[in-house]
Amino acid sequence: MIDKFMIIPQYIFHEMLAHCRAGYPNEACGILAGKCNEVSRIYKMTNTEKSSVNYFMDSKEQFQVMKDIRANNIKMLAIFHSHPSSAAYPSAKDISLAFYEDSVYIIVSLMDKEPVTKAFSIKGGDIKEVEVVVK
Amino acid sequence: MAVKIRIPTPLQRMTQGKEEVEGKAGTVIDLINDLDAKYPGIAERISEGGKVRRFVNIYVNEEDIRFLQAEQTPVKDGDEVSIIPAIAGGSII
Repeated sequence: MIDKFMIIPQYIFHEMLAHCRAGYPNEACGILAGKCNEVSRIYKMTNTEKSSVNYFMDSKEQFQVMKDIRANNIKMLAIFHSHPSSAAYPSAKDISLAFYEDSVYIIVSLMDKEPVTKAFSIKGGDIKEVEVVVK
Repeated sequence: MAVKIRIPTPLQRMTQGKEEVEGKAGTVIDLINDLDAKYPGIAERISEGGKVRRFVNIYVNEEDIRFLQAEQTPVKDGDEVSIIPAIAGGSII
């Protein structure tokens, strides 16, 4: 469980931003997996809602990713999605649907020229920011 | 041989940390109710009024039960049932 900071390799961080930009103006989503607090793999997922204000990860893809994560003996460390035109902070909907309390929720805001990425632990409605170290 | 049920991380607190538990053959809804007898409260997290919640996906082996017979999908010994809370959200509301 990550509560203070997580490490994302630079190439994965850039792939995450590229996936979010590619989905614009709709929300994009994905999963970061690894060990302890260090990410080693990115899964770029399909937003079946095809919406600029909602996302719903393709459930079949999610099922396959869960199997891949198990097979590789890693853990789902973070769930990311973009906010195309709002701040990098969990919405009420994000909070109410944050079922995976052991994972960090990363939000990439595309509202400004440069993307803003923030990560949060969301547990029982409590939101705490988690530092993202890109290296 | 029993039915193997894969428990997602958000529900593992209710199964004493177990990632996999065993269930009896029958239907998906029987399996959920049977699970609740062993781990009280778990059924309510998965289903409501005998229906699987909208934000929970259940797979029998490789198939989403929504494309089978939903809650009435039969499960037999040796099958693997995966319970997977959806990942969703949005930027407003």
